Amino acid sequence: MKGYALRQLFQLAVVVVGISMLVFAILHVIGDPVLLLLPQNAGKEEYERYHKLLGLDKPVYVQYWKFASRALQGDFGKSWYTDTPAFRLVIERMPPTLYLTTAGLVAALAIALPLGVLAALKRHSFLDNACTMLAVAGQAMPIFWLGIMLIIVFAVRLKTLPASGYGTWQHFLMPAFTLGAFLAPITMRLVRSGVIEIMNMDYIRTARAKGFAERRVVVKHAFRNACIPVITVLGLQFGQLLGGAIVTETVFAWPGVATLVVDSIRNQDFPVVQCAVILLALIIVAVNFLVDMVVGLIDPRIRVG
Amino acid sequence: MKTVSAGGEAVLEARATAAPAPASGVALRRLWRFKWGAVAVFVMLLVVGSAVLAPWLAPYSPITVDIQHRLGPPAWMDGGTRAHVLGTDQIGRDLLSRVIYGGRVSLVIGTVAVLISSTIGVLLGLAAGYFAGRVDWTIMTVINVMLTFPFVLLALAVIAVLGPSLINMIIVLGVADWPLYARVIRAETLTIREREFVLAGRALGMSHLRIVFRQILPNLVSVIVVIATLQVARVIILESFLSFLGLGVQPPTPAWGNMLGEGRVYMLNSWWIATFPGLAIFVTTLAINLMGNALRDWLDPHMKV
Repeated sequence: MKGYALRQLFQLAVVVVGISMLVFAILHVIGDPVLLLLPQNAGKEEYERYHKLLGLDKPVYVQYWKFASRALQGDFGKSWYTDTPAFRLVIERMPPTLYLTTAGLVAALAIALPLGVLAALKRHSFLDNACTMLAVAGQAMPIFWLGIMLIIVFAVRLKTLPASGYGTWQHFLMPAFTLGAFLAPITMRLVRSGVIEIMNMDYIRTARAKGFAERRVVVKHAFRNACIPVITVLGLQFGQLLGGAIVTETVFAWPGVATLVVDSIRNQDFPVVQCAVILLALIIVAVNFLVDMVVGLIDPRIRVG
Repeated sequence: MKTVSAGGEAVLEARATAAPAPASGVALRRLWRFKWGAVAVFVMLLVVGSAVLAPWLAPYSPITVDIQHRLGPPAWMDGGTRAHVLGTDQIGRDLLSRVIYGGRVSLVIGTVAVLISSTIGVLLGLAAGYFAGRVDWTIMTVINVMLTFPFVLLALAVIAVLGPSLINMIIVLGVADWPLYARVIRAETLTIREREFVLAGRALGMSHLRIVFRQILPNLVSVIVVIATLQVARVIILESFLSFLGLGVQPPTPAWGNMLGEGRVYMLNSWWIATFPGLAIFVTTLAINLMGNALRDWLDPHMKV
């Protein structure tokens, strides 16, 4: 287990360095920070001055080193728009995003687990086909449109739920469902194929041969084992989930990191965008690492192989 | 860090399909899928046809403003007229015409971006799989770093620097989406590389280039076609989302995404402005996904995509 953890940790370090390089490259190679910072009518001298001020006349690796060592200390520069540290701005907006992500995950599981198991047990039945159809439709659904349709129906027409904002549990319902609908199709298909595969295993036949009730065979023997691949893939899908949360936030004006990022892009406030992107990526890397560890603990075959 | 996403699910699915099942059920299921595939092809022909023939099909110009008839409801509602079947938007432009023209942007961006990303992805995937060793490690590390980011986040970060425009959108979506292809192609190349005909080619003294492009690549065409088809739908959704946020295709150019974004402001009284462009996105991506699935079943039902 120790060797496995160290190997994963090394890979994690490589990915983190890679992420910092990628974000740095986006700003410094694709874009020109000076052009972003200065008004469009700024003169050449002004440009040169800022170029020097930001240290852009130094070699790229020196610039990267400076950027990385500051970032390690949580210093991502100050917001160009509000002049407060970017790190603080982003951290303040982090909890709503994480709550939404959790709520979305719960919603997805609430939809996907029962449907996936039922579809697997009643294979090729009407229910199974209906679930497959639902999954295909769900995967094609632009969730920002789904969110807007929900708002039109439940907030504008029926006036039962708040259209946007944050605070009470009612505020969670539509965003959580929207995000859940994003993740549910793939989860449902995973659960379905996981259960199908396991129902064909020898130990299931043994359990049946012992005369256990079908319900017990399904719940105790099949479902638990089907959970392992589901946990793995869901954990590694965390990035996708966070991506879905970004989309969902912007539809419901959720006061999380994503709305901050979008506002910052509109304000050309690059330090904030940069900080948010890096921190979100770090969270994803951390979650993936934890999932690897958990899966390694549950299933010894993985950490050896 | 392992990155199992769409691939992992498909592997499970393939294994589940391989498990013993009533043969007639499987055949029926495949037939059922093909039927939907045919419907999907028909729908796509309609979508592509109307986008290409937009100047002849659309009843009005998509950018002609007619303030007098602003916010007109669809024909079947009270106050709707036959002159504007789907109603008009906030400045009186005909919604049907805009939906027809809007398809052009989405289809062009989807197709071009996928061409770019599949080219990059296939080349790097081939290189990683064929040469293995250090080349493989480097490319896989880059892939892992990029797959850590949710696609949306990466696109937002680049748009923040480049600024919103149609060309930038194509660049972003084209460059950000290659790791998916690379990962699948690499895995396939790794297995094909060990097959007899490649070994024979090497023994005959063929150059690496010739082996890769003449012997390995032709075996991967069906995988590439299937992924690319499915990715067109994903790219269209992402493009619409960025345009929806106002960070993609800029008004007055009609695009489903920016129409949806503009319509959101008016959803309190005029639900149709946001509804129909979103419906167009949904129908298109659904048709593309069904086509991709049917294509996969037709080319190779056990394909790991």
